[in-house]
Formats: sequence, C-alpha cells, structure tokens
Amino acid sequence: MELHELTIRQAHELLVGREISSVDLTAAVLARIRAVEDRVKAYIHVSADSALASAAEADRRRAAGEDHPLLGIPLAIKDVIVTQGIPTTCGSKMLQGFMPPYDSMVVSRLRRAGAVILGKTNTDEFAMGSTTENSRFHTTHNPWDLSRVPGGSSGGSAAAVASDECIGSLGSDTGGSIRQPAGFCGVAGLKPTYGRVSRNGLVAFASSLDQIGPICKQVADCAMLFETIAGYDSKDSTSVDLPVPDCLGGIADGVRGLRLGVPKEYFVDGMQPEVNQAIQKALKVWESLGAEIVEVSMPHTEYCLSVYYLLATAEASANLARFDGIRYGYSDHHAESLWDGYTASRTEGFGAEVKRRIMLGTYALSAGYYDAYYLKAQKVRTLIKQDYDRALEQCDALITPTSPTTAYGIGEKVNDPLEMYLSDIYTLSLNLAGLCGIAIPCGFAAGLPIGLQIQGNAFAEAEIMRVAYAYEQATEWHLAHPTL
Amino acid sequence: MEYVATIGMEVHAQILTQTKMFCGCPNELTSAAPNTHTCPVCLGMPGVLPVINRVAVEATVLTGMALNCTIPSFSKFDRKNYHYPDLPKGYQISQYDLPLCTSGHLDVTVEGDARRIGIRRVHLEEDTARLVHQGGVSLVDFNRSGVPLMEIVTEADLHSAEDAYAYLSKLRQILRYLGVSTGNMEDGAMRCEANISVRPEGAEVLGTKVEVKNLNSFRSVRMAIAYEIERQIAVLEQGGRVQQVTMGWDETNHRTLFQRSKEGAEDYRYFPEPDLPPIEVDEEWRAGIRCRLPELPDEKEERFTQSYGIREADAALLTQDLQVANYFEAACAACEGPTSPQTVANWVLGDLYRLLGASGSDIQACPVRPEGLASLLALVESGKINGTTAKDVLNEMFASGRSAEEIVKNKGLAQISDEDTLTEIVLSVLDQNPGPAQQYREGKLQVLGFLVGQVMRQTRGQANAQAVAEIIKTELARQS
Ligand SMILES: [Zn+2]
Repeated sequence: MELHELTIRQAHELLVGREISSVDLTAAVLARIRAVEDRVKAYIHVSADSALASAAEADRRRAAGEDHPLLGIPLAIKDVIVTQGIPTTCGSKMLQGFMPPYDSMVVSRLRRAGAVILGKTNTDEFAMGSTTENSRFHTTHNPWDLSRVPGGSSGGSAAAVASDECIGSLGSDTGGSIRQPAGFCGVAGLKPTYGRVSRNGLVAFASSLDQIGPICKQVADCAMLFETIAGYDSKDSTSVDLPVPDCLGGIADGVRGLRLGVPKEYFVDGMQPEVNQAIQKALKVWESLGAEIVEVSMPHTEYCLSVYYLLATAEASANLARFDGIRYGYSDHHAESLWDGYTASRTEGFGAEVKRRIMLGTYALSAGYYDAYYLKAQKVRTLIKQDYDRALEQCDALITPTSPTTAYGIGEKVNDPLEMYLSDIYTLSLNLAGLCGIAIPCGFAAGLPIGLQIQGNAFAEAEIMRVAYAYEQATEWHLAHPTL
Repeated sequence: MEYVATIGMEVHAQILTQTKMFCGCPNELTSAAPNTHTCPVCLGMPGVLPVINRVAVEATVLTGMALNCTIPSFSKFDRKNYHYPDLPKGYQISQYDLPLCTSGHLDVTVEGDARRIGIRRVHLEEDTARLVHQGGVSLVDFNRSGVPLMEIVTEADLHSAEDAYAYLSKLRQILRYLGVSTGNMEDGAMRCEANISVRPEGAEVLGTKVEVKNLNSFRSVRMAIAYEIERQIAVLEQGGRVQQVTMGWDETNHRTLFQRSKEGAEDYRYFPEPDLPPIEVDEEWRAGIRCRLPELPDEKEERFTQSYGIREADAALLTQDLQVANYFEAACAACEGPTSPQTVANWVLGDLYRLLGASGSDIQACPVRPEGLASLLALVESGKINGTTAKDVLNEMFASGRSAEEIVKNKGLAQISDEDTLTEIVLSVLDQNPGPAQQYREGKLQVLGFLVGQVMRQTRGQANAQAVAEIIKTELARQS
C-alpha cells in the first residue's frame, strides 16, 4: 500500500511505531497531489512548504514523547474555514488573496494536536452549491469519473479524500455540504450536531445551520478528527458546553438491539432505482447484525426544501453584507461614489448563485414579506424538529439515502438551480433540526458511489458512528479506490 | 390659532464597560490612537462571532429599573441590516421587538410643574465606527465599532423644548448616578434625536412627524426643538403641509435643514441574530441587579431636605451632581461641633462653586477635600476666624492645597477678639473720625457700619466684627 492511501488510523500506527515519519507521509501526499491534482482539481491552494515544516515539527514533537491521533497527519481544509498564514477565499473572487488575521477554532485545535495542514480545498462560492461548479476558480472533478461533479459544497474535500490527495479533511455542512459530496465520492462524512463544533472562524453562510465536520476515508477516521475539533468554545455563543464523547472507544460495539428507522416520505419518485436498491440491501446488512428496522413518518418532509431556502438565504443575505470592498477583499477602485463602489465591488466580486441567494434572502426579510416567508419558515422549522423528535422516540437512528441520485455530469444541472437544489432533499432537514448525521458508501451504480446517511439525535455522534462502523466493517465499499 | 407640539425623544448612551459589546477590545475612546482598539470581531472580518458582554446587559437592565421599566424575562438580539462604511458587518446587532426594558417612566419638573414622561423601551446595541471626513477623503476609526450603546426611547409625552431639556437633564443625571454612562453630549457619549409634530389645539390626530438629528449639546436640543416647532407652525399657518422628513440641526446658522425624505424609508430587514442565544433574565438575576440600584436623585433630594434640614432649592442643587452630593455629605459628616448642614450647603454652593467654576475643575479634583472644608467651618464656628477671613482662607486652601489651620497660623489670620486690643483700636478710629462719631451720637445710627469698617480695615479684617460694634457703642455712649 502506498503511503498516501493510508487512513488516519493506519498512518497513526505507523507513526507511533516509527516506521514512517510525518515528513515521509506528507511528502508522499504532496507527491500524490502533484500527480493527480491537474485532473481532480480538489484544491484552491496547496501549502507545500508550510506543510513540510509542520510535518518536521510534528516529528520533533513525537520524538520528544508526544502522541495524538492526529500528530503528523496531513489534512486538507475546506476553504471556507479561516487559516492564519494560508489564504482563505471561500471559492470567491471577493476574497481572492485574502489572508485571515486569525485561525479558526477548529484549525487551532488541529494545530495544537500537531496535524499538518496541506492546503485549502475547493468549494462552491461561500459554500452555496452542490457541485463546486459555483467556485469562482475551477470545478472539482469526481475522482470516480472525471466528467462528473464531486458534489458540494465541500466537493474539494471529498474529492481530495477519495483521490488520496490527503489523509483526511474538514468540510462544512449547511444543508448537506459534507454528506452529499461524501456520498458522491464514496467516502465518509460526518455532520456534527449544531453547537458541537465551534463555528468560530467558519465564514458564515447560514449561521443557524452551518456546522464543520470531518470527511475521511473511513468512519473511525471521522471519529478521531471529530473528537479533536469538537467541544465548547466560549467564543461561539451557540456552541454547547458538553463533554466530547469517546467515539472511537465504543465504535465497534455493534448494533444488536438497536432500532433503525426508515422515513417513508424519503422514498419518492425521481429516486434513482439503484440508490433505492442499495439502501434496501444496507438495511438487510444491519438486520443481519441484530438491528431492528422500523418504518417511521416525517410528515413535514415536503416543506424542508422551501423552509431551508428561505432561512438559509435570509441569514446569508446578512452574513455576506460585510463583503463591501472597503476593508478587505475585492474592491472596484474606479467607482465614483460610495454606493457605486458597493454595487461594483459586489456585482463583480460575487458569482451568480451567491447573488441569487442574497436577493432571495433579502426579499424574504423585506417589510411586508417577513411574516409570510421568514417567520412562517421558522414555524415550519419547529414542526420539522418535532417530526425528528417523534421519529427518534421510536428508533435510535434514521437511515436514508444521501442524495436521490449518484453524481451527475459537470454542467448537467448548472442552468437549473431548482433541479440542483433537489439533490439536497435528504440532507437539509437535518440541519433545520440541528441534529447529527453521517454519510458512508453503500454501493456503486455504473461505477459511481452510492451514499447512505445515518441520522441521529442531538449529540449522538458516537451512536451514529457505531451504526456506521458496524455496516462499514460488514461491507467493503469503503476499501474501493478510484483509478486515476 | 393655538398649536400643540408633540415630541418623542430617542437617546443613545455609550455604556461604561471595560470591554466592547461583543469582543474583548478595550472600551476606551478618549486617549486611544485611531484603530488601535480593534480585533477581527469589531472589524467584521470573515468568520468571527459575537459574544455578549454581560456587564453591558446588566447596565441596561439597571437603567431600565431606574426608569421604572418592566424587565421582561425573555429578550433577544436582532440584526439591523444596512450598508455604510461605519458598519463593518453590514448589519448592526441591535434589539427589535423584544428589548431588555419596556414601559417605564421618568418624572421631571418643568418650570415648577411635575411631569411624567413615559419610557417606551430601553434596548442594547453596538455602536458604529466613527467617520472622519478630512481633506476630501473619509477615514474610519473602528475604536468606536462595537462599543456598547443603549437606546432609550420615550413615549410622545413631551410638548416643548423646555420639556425636552428637563427630560434630557434628568436622564443624564440618572445615567451618571448609576455610573452606566458619562452622559457627555460633547464627545458623543450621549446622542439624541427628537421626533416633533405640531397640531392645532383641539385636533384629535397628531401632525406629521419630523425627525431632527445632529443635536450635539443640550443647547442645540433646546434651540432645535423650539425652532422646529415654530417652523412647523409657520408652515401650517401659511396653509402648507408638513412633510415627513429627517432634518438636521445646523449649529452655525441655528436652523433645521432638510436631510432626507422618509418616503420609501429604509427597510432594515430586522431578523433574530442567529449567532447569539436569547437573553433570559430570571428572577434571581433581576434581583441581583436591583440590589445595585443606588439612591436616585429624587430620593436623595428628599432625604437632604428631611434629614439635613437644608432648603429645598439647595437640596436640588446639591443632588444635581452625585459627586457634589457625596462631597456635601462627607463634609457634613466631618463637621464636629455646631456647624449646620445649611452652612455647609452655603459654602459648597457659594464659594466652593465659585472657585471650581473659575478653575474649570470638577469637584472630584477639588484640592479642598470635604474634611478640609469642615475644619475651615469649625474655625469660623469657634470664633477663631471671621467669615471674611474664612473666604480668603478658602481661596488659599484651594490654591495651595494646604489646611485651614496651617494657613491661619502662618499668616496670623486668627480673629482679634481680645477686648483691650480692640478698645485701643476703636478709640484711635473714633479719634480719627470725629465727624461720624458725632453723627452717631446725634442719632444717625447707620454710621456704625462705617466705623466698624474702619476698624476692620486697620486690623486687615481680622477683628471680630460683632465685638467691635459692641465696643464702639459702649465707647460712644461713655463719651457722650
Ligand atoms: Zn474588538
């Protein structure tokens, strides 16, 4: 096995046994990036020099007797998470060349653990999109089929993991942006419970929905990364002061006696038949491992998409107001007046999808429309949460697809935003409810990975990872590698 | 025709805290160089999050309590969206429909009449950065960005410039008593806007409301409101219609000027701030804050007249400024012997105020401490010095910071009360002024003052004037 193919867990064992150094590992991954990146285009920025320097530092720390599961592990960070000393662009011309003056909380926790930051991965502009086609720099290609999208918005991270251009990565998930690309790329992606991981330093798309989480080659790696980045942060008032569970410890405890719910409203027309078949087979696997499968109802499922696009865009319209071309970022210097400057900088700095969402959100918040749109959406959001409360009274976790289809072709849906929005219908309700979920591979259709999703209660990350791990260990989908 | 003016006031007051509203930067504006008290949060950098300053919340609640407000158990922050270079996030974190304090009132006295001004709400928000326009460019100083700011909104209960002035004075007095704000309008720590409308007397419906901004001093508040009322009356008198606009007070030309139309007013698209949890003020927290409510001006004034027995007008003057009130109380406490609080009040409000006024310093920096004033008054009370000398001694204390005893001793200012010494001087004065002495004997008693004055002159004011008068009377009676 090549070094770049290692999982975090495997690499950690080799590092502990002094069989490899972090510099060896990092150099191997950088070599892999050089070999395949021009085809995959997972990254916006690769920091080879600083990565090697961090690796050398990690080796010194290990030699001095330190250990941590991530000490010396090369990771990729989605480019909506700020990194001091490494440019952070959010996939936008608006922030081209922007050098953040501080580290996000997750990155400072990773650095403390000794992880090596390889660079910043591609994303739809400001995390708005499902394919990375909305990146202002380039589109990332699905490593399983370079003519197809990797999913999004964390498509760069998912593709980097699938193509072994990193050992593990961080993404962010506002409506499925970790889980949907993980599904499209055949890797594991965890969206933690809202409040579990600090958003401090995550460039906000929709503040009440955003959450940072790991995208890795396997479930156990997600657990290791999650345990490092999770936990209370006094600088994020929405972060929750709860102890981070030992996810890895009980990960192999199995599913015997657990009840897994299947929401009947999720299996609808328009779903690719292979996806449905793969999920049904997966349910059988769990059943054979001792779990009980029950049908549950989520009656407000059909409203999720509307509620999501009202609330997320409303919050985004305010969150993106700070990009005005005055203090940092793209600025049109030819403008004659203040207002012309705002207009020009924002017109040129933002791409079409971002502008579309800012306008949608602005409209939803406008006088005379607020009650009908924003306020009503908030009320329905409460009903959606109650759907989850009721469903999760009857079972321990919910099993759904990550997306109705496998990865589609680049350019296929780019001119049909509504069609594109539909690819997130299985993921966004979880963000509205603020709960946790994990996506893992469960099969292939025409050579493309199929993803399934395990959704759990608030702060039940350890439980859903246990369910995911049981399936993963009973199958071999996670061992497949694309040929590049 | 007679007209009635209706006025509502909005006052913004910067809150005195160690740190800003949502970040750890120092809340200190007076001595800092521009853009030195900033961080990613108050600069609105990508990815930053606000954290509520508990002290600012408590200061706002305390203010609400002093203004007799209800403190709801549930309050929240909202985003107020608009673009301007002084607003780095493109929205201001403020409070929209659920402020920290609601429905209170403030009692004021306007030209002797007691008036109750309704307080609609007190809410908490962040200040914007400061714009400096110079040499054709605009500069932004973010030191002020994120400074905690409370907004106090009245009901439309005021009817004249005098009402507004009385309300503002009382409000500032309370803010200072609470120690929550300096209340200084000159440096922008307290800012004010007035909504003014005018209607013919007896009319049911309120007139069109005009907002007046740029009121940077108590003086401009009074002048601007008076001007605007007259302006609106003149418009109505000429059969015109008052337009719903925002006006600015022109400090140089003393008039209100059109700033912008309210038609198509800006839509701030308020919505709940998703980065902050709601604020729940439970009974325990509320009680804890209420404990810190100090004695307020009205109560203090009442107590000063009741327990010190001083004149009401003096009590009102002394309690206007908390530091003066404290000074007065400390001086009274330091007085041993028979010095009355009214005497202390007279000296504080008289000579001490004169000296403070002339030197432009406030009472906290006064070189004469309350104990010093008390010992000066003790010297007067015991007859050691007379009132005239005491004024000189006070001047000297104020200038040099030395004690009254020291000054009296060093300068030999002690009052001459010794009868033999005084008789000798009186006799020589009578010798030198035979005319007036004769007039007195002929019954023109008012020349006594002149003769006493002559004795005082010879003794450089140190003679005990009462004793001198008695001796003159005795001597003249004996000589006739
Ligand atoms: Zn700051």
